[in-house]
Amino acid sequence: MPIWGWIIIGLVVILIFIFFGIYNSLVRLRNQVKNAWAQIDVQLKRRHDLIPNLVETVKGYMKYERATLEAITKARTMAQQATSAGPAERGKVEGELSTALNRLLAVVERYPDLKANQNFLSLQEELASTENKISFSRQFYNDAVMQYNNQTQMFPSNVVASITGFRPGEFFEVTVPEEKEPVKVSFADQEKS
Amino acid sequence: MWQQIRSNRIRSVFLVIGMGVLLALLGYFLGLYFAGSGELGLLIALMIWGIMTLVGYFQGDSILLATARARKIKPEDHPRLYNIVEEMKIASGLEKMPDVYIMDDPAMNAFATGRDPKKASVAVTSGLLQKLNRDELQGVVGHEMAHVRNRDVLLMALAAVLLGSIVVIAWYASRFFIFGGMGRTRRSSSSGGGGIAMLIIMAVAILLMILAPIFAQLIYFALSRRREYLADASSAQYTRYPEGLASALGKIAGSTEQLKSANNATAPMYIINPFRKRGMTAQELTSTHPPISERIRILRAMGGASYADYSRAYQEIRHTTKMFIPEAALAAVGSVSLRQAQPEAPEKSEVLQRVRETNNALWNAHNYRTITCACGTRLRLPPTYKKPEIKCPHCGRINPV
Repeated sequence: MPIWGWIIIGLVVILIFIFFGIYNSLVRLRNQVKNAWAQIDVQLKRRHDLIPNLVETVKGYMKYERATLEAITKARTMAQQATSAGPAERGKVEGELSTALNRLLAVVERYPDLKANQNFLSLQEELASTENKISFSRQFYNDAVMQYNNQTQMFPSNVVASITGFRPGEFFEVTVPEEKEPVKVSFADQEKS
Repeated sequence: MWQQIRSNRIRSVFLVIGMGVLLALLGYFLGLYFAGSGELGLLIALMIWGIMTLVGYFQGDSILLATARARKIKPEDHPRLYNIVEEMKIASGLEKMPDVYIMDDPAMNAFATGRDPKKASVAVTSGLLQKLNRDELQGVVGHEMAHVRNRDVLLMALAAVLLGSIVVIAWYASRFFIFGGMGRTRRSSSSGGGGIAMLIIMAVAILLMILAPIFAQLIYFALSRRREYLADASSAQYTRYPEGLASALGKIAGSTEQLKSANNATAPMYIINPFRKRGMTAQELTSTHPPISERIRILRAMGGASYADYSRAYQEIRHTTKMFIPEAALAAVGSVSLRQAQPEAPEKSEVLQRVRETNNALWNAHNYRTITCACGTRLRLPPTYKKPEIKCPHCGRINPV
């Protein structure tokens, strides 16, 4: 065989190696994204589990906050029904739950007895920590998604990605509608009463 | 994000190799001098190193935790600390939750151990738990978690073992030299011939004996200081709140207590040098840690929370153009914004709460049982208490155990 024949064979072999190298790194990044998403899922579930406990503890003290408590229970049910949805959809539902929770925690300021309750204090630590864990796992997830997306969009890995069907991942943001709202509401209520 | 860790690791590996070369040279020349065979010396040096490495690899973390008198805690013993460690575990993307330890010591310090990220431990002193708020504690734990994540723990342990081997060999050789040197010189003079060669070997051996431990120490310190900066940068990136770590370092620097259970070999494992004296500026070259004030100033000058921000602040404060992290690695990560401080209860009631929490954790870690009487009195029962009930000394009620 002439010399250029060997060269072509060599090049093809090298290309195949590069192709599978890129493919493997894409798979690794996609798995990282999946893992990170599972982490978020665990923390969101944990939050859902904490809420009935919280409502139960708070109920005895807050006789006049039925609406707030109902809103939180409703938001939780909504969030639980959306557990199999995609990141964007879940972010919206969880955002509503966050709003309801914030509203409740703002209202708590008016009940000094409740703030001294040992049970409530430990629940508050759990809630605060779960919120943190959600935001940290979101942080890690979004970093992973960005890394993965960069790989699927940049040359030459985008060629491999489009041939083997790697789609860019979705970012996860907990969208809190009218973020300033809970504070305003609690002040307004206070002035009325 | 992983790229700068890799490039840093390569640099660190070179430093460790440098220490290994020192050890080999020391062994070779001492062997040549004492036994007339460099290979034999090399073999003995490598054997000492090998044994120490094996012990360090498999038992290192438990030895370290035992000498620091750290006690393992369960999640319910100190929920806040445990939660913070878990938060940082999530932020750093560590696969497995590290074990959490408390050291009963009023000094403020913390360290991490574990030969790989799957088997790590984080230990903090009770003094730290009592004096830091949530954000600050998070910054410190983030720093320790970064040591685990960047595999500093393994690297520093390997370096510490190398350093230890060099020190041990040089020490024993110097004893031999003083007390057994006479016989050796007599024999060599009787054999005649290669007297000059012998003299050169002797000179090199003595020089290495004196200088190798010093050089090894300097390399070790350089290695350690670099990892501290990187861990600070990672902590800021994990928490998105460099002010937390900065203010924690400030508080730690302001405290005067020295850690009782630290020694020279374990010093680099801690978040700050446990031996520093207050008011004394550390000698740049012979410190395991960069000066705290500088670390704080870099953290406060960050403006964002990414590695790029840290790198920029590092250049600014240290007046250097040297990149802290290679440019290529920085380009891969986009800008990272800061987050808000966490709401805290008024500082005074918070401190009381923290002290209580910490005490609870310590009692629990020592296997004491806690019973709260109906009158509000808390009774601590030692693990040796076997009776089925206890009378409350305050109100006289009988409580079941």
